[in-house]
Amino acid sequence: MSTETLPNENVLSKSLPENNVLRLQNITMQFGGVVAVNNLSLDVNKDEIVALIGPNGAGKTTAFNCITGIYEPTNGEVWFQKNLMLANRPHGKMQKMYLGNFPPMDLTPVVKSPDEVTRLGIARTFQNIRLFHELTVFDNVLIAKHMRASQNVFSATLRINHAEEKRMRDETAELLNMQGLLKYKDDIASSLPYGLQRRLEIARALATGPSLLLLDEPAAGMNPQETQELADFIKQLRNEYRLTIFMIEHHMDLVMKISNRIYVLDFGRQIAEGSPEEIQNNQRVIDAYLGVGEKDA
Amino acid sequence: MSSTTFLQQCLTGISLGGAYALIAIGYTLVYGILRLINFAHGDIFMMAGYFMIFAMAVFPWWISIPLVLIITTILGVGIERVAYKPLRTAPRMSVMISAIGVSYLLQNLATYLFTALPKGYPEIPGLKKVYQIGGLSASFVTFLTPVLTVALVFILIQLINHTKIGMAMRAVSKDYETAQLMGIKIDRTISFTFAIGSLLAGVGSILYFTDRMTVFPFSGSLPGLKCFVAAVIGGIGNIPGAVAGGFILGLGETAMVAMGYSTFSDAFTFILLIIMLLIKPTGLFGEKVTDKV
Amino acid sequence: MKNTQTNSASPLQKKKNFTANLITIIAGIALIAFLEANKSAFSYQISILERSAVMAVVAVSMNLLTGFTGLFSLGQAGFMAIGAYTVAIFTIPVQERASVYYVDGIAPALANVHLPFWLALLVGGLLAAGIAALIGIPVLRLKSDYLAIATLGFSEIIRALISAPQFNKITNGSYGLKNIPAFPNLFVFFGIVILCIGLMILLINSSYGRVFKAIREDEVAAESMGINLFHYKELSFVISSFFTGVGGGLLAMFMRSIDSKTFQVTLTYEILLIVVLGGIGSVTGSVLGAFLITFGKEWLRFFDEPLVIAGVSIPLFRTGFRMVIFSIILMLVVLFHSRGLMGSNEFSWPGFVRWLKSFPARFTKKKKAVSDGGEKS
Repeated sequence: MSTETLPNENVLSKSLPENNVLRLQNITMQFGGVVAVNNLSLDVNKDEIVALIGPNGAGKTTAFNCITGIYEPTNGEVWFQKNLMLANRPHGKMQKMYLGNFPPMDLTPVVKSPDEVTRLGIARTFQNIRLFHELTVFDNVLIAKHMRASQNVFSATLRINHAEEKRMRDETAELLNMQGLLKYKDDIASSLPYGLQRRLEIARALATGPSLLLLDEPAAGMNPQETQELADFIKQLRNEYRLTIFMIEHHMDLVMKISNRIYVLDFGRQIAEGSPEEIQNNQRVIDAYLGVGEKDA
Repeated sequence: MSSTTFLQQCLTGISLGGAYALIAIGYTLVYGILRLINFAHGDIFMMAGYFMIFAMAVFPWWISIPLVLIITTILGVGIERVAYKPLRTAPRMSVMISAIGVSYLLQNLATYLFTALPKGYPEIPGLKKVYQIGGLSASFVTFLTPVLTVALVFILIQLINHTKIGMAMRAVSKDYETAQLMGIKIDRTISFTFAIGSLLAGVGSILYFTDRMTVFPFSGSLPGLKCFVAAVIGGIGNIPGAVAGGFILGLGETAMVAMGYSTFSDAFTFILLIIMLLIKPTGLFGEKVTDKV
Repeated sequence: MKNTQTNSASPLQKKKNFTANLITIIAGIALIAFLEANKSAFSYQISILERSAVMAVVAVSMNLLTGFTGLFSLGQAGFMAIGAYTVAIFTIPVQERASVYYVDGIAPALANVHLPFWLALLVGGLLAAGIAALIGIPVLRLKSDYLAIATLGFSEIIRALISAPQFNKITNGSYGLKNIPAFPNLFVFFGIVILCIGLMILLINSSYGRVFKAIREDEVAAESMGINLFHYKELSFVISSFFTGVGGGLLAMFMRSIDSKTFQVTLTYEILLIVVLGGIGSVTGSVLGAFLITFGKEWLRFFDEPLVIAGVSIPLFRTGFRMVIFSIILMLVVLFHSRGLMGSNEFSWPGFVRWLKSFPARFTKKKKAVSDGGEKS
């Protein structure tokens, strides 16, 4: 085990802040012999825009996948809205192979599937766009409305549910309108240009009615103007729609402009946390991004 | 049941298992490389049986056997070139449907060419001669099958692990695109894989049909499926696994027939499959692979 | 009932569609009435139509599972068998049962239970659905490749159970069941067929149908949108199997006698190839494919007869040749036109008109290309 002091070793002693929305506690994700996320602890509080940054391969998307239930973390806990949502400790083969920096937690595993996580109020977008490619723009968002509709297979088939159906369609149109996508509603999703596809993914995530939105590189492939529009949009989501935002991003101008706090990951470990100014001046962050030279330790 | 009878049944089971193992290897190799269940593999095995019938009518056995093996290999490689290669970029379902289509075609072709009535399989001199070892008596082919199986598998594993083409096969099965980028000739590697699979199926067909003594157009259909199950049980993509699966299935089936449940012997295979998929879907020797999201 | 699915139709187009549909429906009813009145004269054609319709029901149910939800299942023959045997067992007239079960006799519990055919069909479908629900629990968690083999395996297990001598008193094992009563009249038959296909279309166009398509497109994304994969896969599987079972029951009533050989894997392959030919993901394609293939197989029958042209006997034509030709045609579709006839589109009147209009254009395009010496036309 490493002898370095890690900045987040005290998290366990703190109790959850009043307005905490998401807490990761000593999350480690290990695949075989590779530790992708190593002892990650972080907080995201209500109405915050928090960014997770770090060089490629640092484990950011893996951390997202742990939060949303796509991966079961090897060790650690995830709290959502002050309730324990996920918890795990190494078992089976992993007990011997565990290489994480934090000793295995002694707790009862709590597992959730991604759909349960979404139902609780966490929505996400994907690093590599995962739209329903052959379906229309409208259907892509409409499907995300299905989860919260009150209907069953019989009422839907026999069209007894037309009030619900209308409600879903109206809300979908509204979301598309918000993103400026309404005129494309009958186009096939994969025919949209890349930037619009990203916006569609966000609209679809919003359709699930979340309170926490996880955005995985929302500005990827966007030009400066689109990035500015995105920045305004994210702020609007926070200010008007009261969403809490947790995002992975590489566009530093976007990150620095709108984030309340930033966490920095490198090789799966958190190496810094703070406000945009603090992070910009943090030597460890600079080293991580630029690489440490041969002469340095 | 006396111990002699028990051992006798074991011998039958091992012999059947050996034939199954040889065919299962074909499935596991192809699946490992292309992620394709070659539904037509069992029917290639069936056609090999028919080839032997016609070859032996004209040539002596020492020409027929190599001839049949060569023709079977050509058939297998040909099917890959015609029916699977064009669909390499298509979604997985399309290739599987193509395999089903080939299987359907082969069965109908056999029915058309050879009629649906079972044909007698020719006797290869020496194979049917009955030998006695201790209290056990069986035909030479029954003793030969497991030995031959193990020998061929050994050679195959050497080939996979110690030759260039074997390394190419392993690379392609791990990562198709990267293997191509590294300069591996994909077409040749895939054809070679099908060639080995078909060759072994040909050998398997000789051993299997010598025991059964008749061939009919659907004689490859069910054994083919069972051998795929054997490959899955052993761990798909894993050669020793396929061999183990083949023997397990052969023994299990023989046991079922011996106990009087012959109608269920086929169902037994699939029940075993379901159980396996429930408990350990990666098979006895398989490895778990996590998908990157 | 608004339908904002693909391109929204203008009010004029909607009126045209309505009129065209109405005319088709009236024509269809007239045709059925005519055939019903002249049953004996057209019995051959009627039987082909009936078989096509049954295949259409099963093909659409398979498409629901494979084309719309993306679950490649090969268990159709088994579920058809369940539906067929249920219908057979409960509808063979009570007084004839002793003679049908002539070897081992019928199980006492079943001897006197007689259901009207529509109830038997329903029970058959429900039984198939119930068994699908059980099978689905272990099997739907598997990757698509394994799902195909596992469902195929179950189909064979069901067939083994049907033909097992131990169950002779119920299924009459390998002796089969005969004297299954036929449909009272064609209206009832086609009515049931249209009802089944209609319900499936309603389902596919509903919110649940959209969820199925989402699962087909991207499971991970669907799950992240709150869709419990197992729950919805199971739903699709159960519903599809219900209609497959009903289709099997219809087949039993059409064939009048069945045995376990009727439900071999080749039946599943035939349905799969109908679905592929028609277009995976198109209901109208499956219906079209069912009729084309059933009619085509009949039409191809002349390949089975020895052909003599000008006194010379062409060597290839004998029994079994038509199935070879049939298989080759299917391979050609799979290899060169894998989207099938309709792709994933449904029939629409504007589309149909466009397709008809494209014929003269295709010929003039070819002529022009030739006369221009291959220049861009």
